[in-house]
Amino acid sequence: MPTPILVILVFGAMAVVFGMVGALLPRFVGPRTPGKEKERAYECGVVESGDPWSASRVQFYFFALIFLVFDVEALFLFPWAVIFKDAGWLGFWEMLVFLGVLALGWGFAWRTRSLEWE
Amino acid sequence: MERLFIELKSSLIDLAAWFGVPAGWLPLLSAFLSAATIMAAAPVIMMYQTWFERKVVGRFQDRYGPNRVGPFGLFQPIADGVKALQKEDLVPAKADKLLHFLAPALVVVPTFMLFLFVPWGRGMVAADIDTGLLFFFAFAGLQAPIIVTAGWAPRNKFSVLGGLRAAAQVLSYGVPMAISAVAVVMAAGSLSSSAIVEAQGDNWFILTPWGAFAFVIFFVCVVAETKRTPFDMPEAESELVAGFHTEYSGLKFALFFMAEYMGSFAACMLATTLFLGGWSGPEFLPSWAIFMAKSGVLFFVMVWFRGTLPRLRIDQMLGLAWKFLFPLSLVTMVAEGLWYFLRTDGRMAGAILWPLAILAVSYWILSVVMMREFVRGNKPRGKQDAW
Repeated sequence: MPTPILVILVFGAMAVVFGMVGALLPRFVGPRTPGKEKERAYECGVVESGDPWSASRVQFYFFALIFLVFDVEALFLFPWAVIFKDAGWLGFWEMLVFLGVLALGWGFAWRTRSLEWE
Repeated sequence: MERLFIELKSSLIDLAAWFGVPAGWLPLLSAFLSAATIMAAAPVIMMYQTWFERKVVGRFQDRYGPNRVGPFGLFQPIADGVKALQKEDLVPAKADKLLHFLAPALVVVPTFMLFLFVPWGRGMVAADIDTGLLFFFAFAGLQAPIIVTAGWAPRNKFSVLGGLRAAAQVLSYGVPMAISAVAVVMAAGSLSSSAIVEAQGDNWFILTPWGAFAFVIFFVCVVAETKRTPFDMPEAESELVAGFHTEYSGLKFALFFMAEYMGSFAACMLATTLFLGGWSGPEFLPSWAIFMAKSGVLFFVMVWFRGTLPRLRIDQMLGLAWKFLFPLSLVTMVAEGLWYFLRTDGRMAGAILWPLAILAVSYWILSVVMMREFVRGNKPRGKQDAW
């Protein structure tokens, strides 16, 4: 049997080739009639104004931070979940304490309206 | 039939050995065969997903759906592919040319990888590693940066916004999705997808009190992760034209489309693995057919959502993830713990009632709080501003 890592590498390489061919092919197959109007950004026919490559809302940053905190938390939960049956009641209560601390952080985020999208 | 694919593969390898391929190359050949099979199967599944979705949504809307190309419109996806190939490859003049090419090329890669870690049938996991589930979530999360890149590259307001929204959505729903899977890992005691299926046997996890809740949470998150209706905010036509793929035409657009559909089917497969007993089912059917049938039914539910539900508002959607699904997924974990301990103590009634009770109470509290916020908004008390 092949090692799983070998499968992942071979398959990953094939997927990259698939994507590259897919994105390159229309360059050679499709028609090419470039034009000034055609190559403008599509904003529903209105002349575009302002540069989209500018600062965006700080909101996205909050969400990224909160995600980071709680996704790392989920990562900590997985190894515990695997050995949970051997850890017994004690391990269970310990994890509840950990969750309680995180719940405080979550409550803080809610209270300070970082979970809002405005 | 049961071992059709496994036997086919081993006989091909035997054939190669007979032809004098050195033994050192055989593992590579075996890896190649597994990879090539999935590489061929996933796009075909995706093509018939689009056909199925158009047929079913058509019925929901009292029309036929595709029925011109081939019998029952079965060749429609092929015609669509040929058409996409013939389109002009439009690149906006101000775009970042390299990223505009790389984003669609790479967007399919993590979605393809998802298929490696699901058990397609008994003994049919392409990469059967102990941490398969973590790999699945890791590759599912890789979508977010690629989609932000895709939105950023064409230098278009709508696509930048769509890309950032998509990232916020994928990240937000990724957390409850992973945590509701933690409950399954607790019950199965393993992160390997085939071990999770074997741990269930005929007692599917969805039939336990915590499993029913976790499944609903997981499925809702999966629908949001793959950006399908009612969570298709990143592509909200009425607000953002086509979101992050506004500026991609032809085959490049098709690649995004493909990533989305393959992702949703892979997610249905994972939901089947985690909660619906994977490939276990009646003995007379081959395990891979059972697995595909269950995943197909889940995909039908996704299409059903699309035919039924209107789109959510973005603040409601993110609120749902953080204020409702996330805490509830933590509670399913606790419920699983109680279920396991009380059952090993032999207190069967308590094992059913306690998890149900804490789930029901937290469901009630959270939904009341969340609905109140949806109605009147989360305003800071008095004049104090939070920041």
